[in-house]
Amino acid sequence: MNAARQHRLLIVDDSNIMRRKIERSQDIPQVEIVGLAGNGLEALALHEQTRPTLVTMDLTMPEMDGIECVEQLVGRDPDIRILVISALADKATAIEALEKGASGFLCKPFTERQVNDALVKLIEN
Amino acid sequence: MSLQSEIGTFVAAVLNYFDTAVQQPAVVGTPYLALGKAPEVFDYTGMIRISGKRKGVVYFTAPKGMLSVMLMRMQETDMSDANLRDLVGEVANTLSGNARKDFGRNFIISTPSVVAGSSTTIGYSPDTRPIVVPIDWRAYHANLVVCLN
Repeated sequence: MNAARQHRLLIVDDSNIMRRKIERSQDIPQVEIVGLAGNGLEALALHEQTRPTLVTMDLTMPEMDGIECVEQLVGRDPDIRILVISALADKATAIEALEKGASGFLCKPFTERQVNDALVKLIEN
Repeated sequence: MSLQSEIGTFVAAVLNYFDTAVQQPAVVGTPYLALGKAPEVFDYTGMIRISGKRKGVVYFTAPKGMLSVMLMRMQETDMSDANLRDLVGEVANTLSGNARKDFGRNFIISTPSVVAGSSTTIGYSPDTRPIVVPIDWRAYHANLVVCLN
């Protein structure tokens, strides 16, 4: 593993094209992608194995949705930083995600630059 | 909120998807009422169902060729059925997101679903009149259909 990469990113989205888009977009040198999960349950299992420090989290997913997964991940690791990336752009949803422990919110659809800027903010904050 | 502005919410969602995710704008044609026969369904359709203050269905239906080129524009190399379904699902997801943002709690919006096949029938209540909004992009043609009572 590259020692310069201090941040370990887990990407959680039920859409394969969204997972791959976030994976391709991410070009922050300090960030290493450690896993891709298709729902909240997979994310929790991958969290055990990969111990990510950063997570991008979709909200509407089968098996376990993003809000519940945010709550469980923050319960396991209060220092984890979670960027919710969702098309559910209403204020109530964003507030609920932040209340459960998410650190940021990005609306879908997004550009490569927007996802990188949001991840940089997450790291710097 | 008028029906016109409700339709505007869905049109804005689709146009924003092309602008932002595909990074090439689409053009909206003249909307029309589908009277006498059901609106045309293309190869892949992403839809949301709405209940509450209004009831009905809203869907984006597009041909495989259009979705494949959209995926290429998004740097995706895998044009599998799963990814084409994912793409219309993501468009439907933005329809849902915009509706929740603009309409609030008066509308209950289902999780987006996807169907494949141009012979698919999309069920809607007989007391509704589907409004078809043509969406043109490059040489391709898709439809946004808003069918609310």
